Amino acid sequence: MPQEMTELRDKYLRHDKKFPHVWCPGCGNGIVLGSLIRAVDTLGIEKDDLVLASGIGCSGRLPTYVDFNTLHTTHGRALTFATGIKLAKPTLTVMAVMGDGDATAIGGNHFIHAARRNLDLTAIIINNQIYGMTGGQHSPTTPYGCKATTSSYGHIEHAFSIADLAATAGAAYVARGTVYHTTMLDKLIVQAVQKPGFSVVEIMSNCHIQFGRRNEMPDPVTMMNWFKEHAVRPDQADNIAPDSLDDKFTIGVLADVEKPNYIEEYQHIRDRAKGDS
Amino acid sequence: MASNRKKKTVLLQGNEAIVEGALAAGCRFFAGYPITPASEINELMSAKLPGLGGTFIQMEDEIASLGAVIGASLAGVKSLTATSGPGFSLMQENLGYACIAEVPCVIVNVMRGGPSTGLPTSPAQGDVLQARWGTHGDHPIVVMAVSSVSDCFSVTVNAFNISEKYRVPVIILSDEVVAHTRETITLSTPETVEVVDRITPNVPPEWYLPYEDNSRGVPPMAAMGDGYRHHVTGLIHDAHGYPTQRPKEVEAFTRRQFRKITNGFYEIQQVKKFHMDDAEIAVIAYGAVSRSAHRAVVRAREQGIKAGLLQLITLFPFPKTAVVSALRQCNTVMIPEMNMGQISREIKRVNQEKTKIIKHNRIDGQFITPDEIYDKLLRE
Repeated sequence: MPQEMTELRDKYLRHDKKFPHVWCPGCGNGIVLGSLIRAVDTLGIEKDDLVLASGIGCSGRLPTYVDFNTLHTTHGRALTFATGIKLAKPTLTVMAVMGDGDATAIGGNHFIHAARRNLDLTAIIINNQIYGMTGGQHSPTTPYGCKATTSSYGHIEHAFSIADLAATAGAAYVARGTVYHTTMLDKLIVQAVQKPGFSVVEIMSNCHIQFGRRNEMPDPVTMMNWFKEHAVRPDQADNIAPDSLDDKFTIGVLADVEKPNYIEEYQHIRDRAKGDS
Repeated sequence: MASNRKKKTVLLQGNEAIVEGALAAGCRFFAGYPITPASEINELMSAKLPGLGGTFIQMEDEIASLGAVIGASLAGVKSLTATSGPGFSLMQENLGYACIAEVPCVIVNVMRGGPSTGLPTSPAQGDVLQARWGTHGDHPIVVMAVSSVSDCFSVTVNAFNISEKYRVPVIILSDEVVAHTRETITLSTPETVEVVDRITPNVPPEWYLPYEDNSRGVPPMAAMGDGYRHHVTGLIHDAHGYPTQRPKEVEAFTRRQFRKITNGFYEIQQVKKFHMDDAEIAVIAYGAVSRSAHRAVVRAREQGIKAGLLQLITLFPFPKTAVVSALRQCNTVMIPEMNMGQISREIKRVNQEKTKIIKHNRIDGQFITPDEIYDKLLRE
């Protein structure tokens, strides 16, 4: 295993990039990056053929470290840039990694419309329930009652589920994983990339510095244990009384539907337009 | 096939001529959001691009439209978006991204009365300084104005060429009058249109530095997927494209952005002159207003007044040389604008109070007529 890790590190990390990275010790973002690299390696995608786009925030720095075609865009807009790239060069595999505030607050409009449009993109959303880089302000996924630097009396808004939002908006594939369940996470990312159409993997991740410290989970281990104890597989969920599901969340594949994807549909339009002229 | 190569004389509106110009320049991607008075550009692109193997997409808003345009350009495809005031405001964020990441693309803003929803869809020229300064931070920008259907074709081709050559976003300011005026235009055949493409790297991928300085200040640009894997970011970056905060690298980066445009002044700053050789009184105008100005100058000449017209095609980088030469030559310069005086502000700045300047501003959503300009010329 260590040798395999060394090989993957040598193959996929950028060696001309000035490390260290920007993330805090114990940050879940590194686990997501590891999982993403293993998924790409499993899929056998050539580095030249993969585009990794991001928005702004701690997650936004993730592409900087890997040796793909990488793009660090504006806040919330990663999917719009990814849309242009995929349409201009459909042979590329295009992924976008985003944070919870990035993808569903400032980028919420782009997110639901990308899902509705069903262009073949993979959205990896690292949900740490907080704005980390800017200092711990509450995000659309900060749970009710939790403390953040802009909700020091306890959060009075209600969080929404990113995965449910994606599924309702029409994403072809929706899954949720955590940085604790890494074996499952590797598989979910592989499936998401393989799925034609818009796919989403929401990843529950730890920001023990900005979220955990204010909410009685001040270190990565406590947060990992929280993920372990509160994550429920869909098949298990059926056997648990609804009352005790309140503070739990489901992990695994949550939606997987067949529908025509945008690239195929647009090719039909091109064929028709050429036939007409 | 042979008949296709013949020059075609057609009746087009300005918006349609912009589409023809973009396609002639090699544009094969368009992303936009519906807005009057720019919608015809969206509609025509959606009809024409698929047949040419290109792509049209209607996005969820103007922020997304410019994001997609930048993405497509990074993948190597010449890209266009078109909007009007409210949408142009939304684009300012990603416009800055196109500046800092040096992504060629063309943005058409068909101006209407503002601010906010303003006067849809009466003519105005209120977005001139927004085009210059709308996105935050220090940056040079290229802004061009169209005055006729024929301009819409040629300036659009030009805008793409400048955009590709200098790796910059180029803004075309049109207005409601130009957009919807129908005129006959003789479309150039594809072979006669001069088309400039971005320079791509000719070194092996391992030697490629995506933001390395050179004599032109414009680094060669590799398309995503062409084997030159690199990082593109909206952070100030070093020659590798990686974020930097080292003062020397930051300053070198920003200065290069300005230098590459300054180096190109001779071809970027475009103006047209009518009767300027012996002019004693000049009108300086741009966009649709320059048409009225042209008519007024012709009438004034008939009355023996030595009037001339300096029409600004390029508004920014501000064509100082041409403007100063008109100011020094004439006793009086008149500046008609459909705003409170956005270009006259620039002209006054370079005039340094040496030549008499008369402003003529209309902000009632009505077009400035030749008579208004002519009457003022007569009074001088």
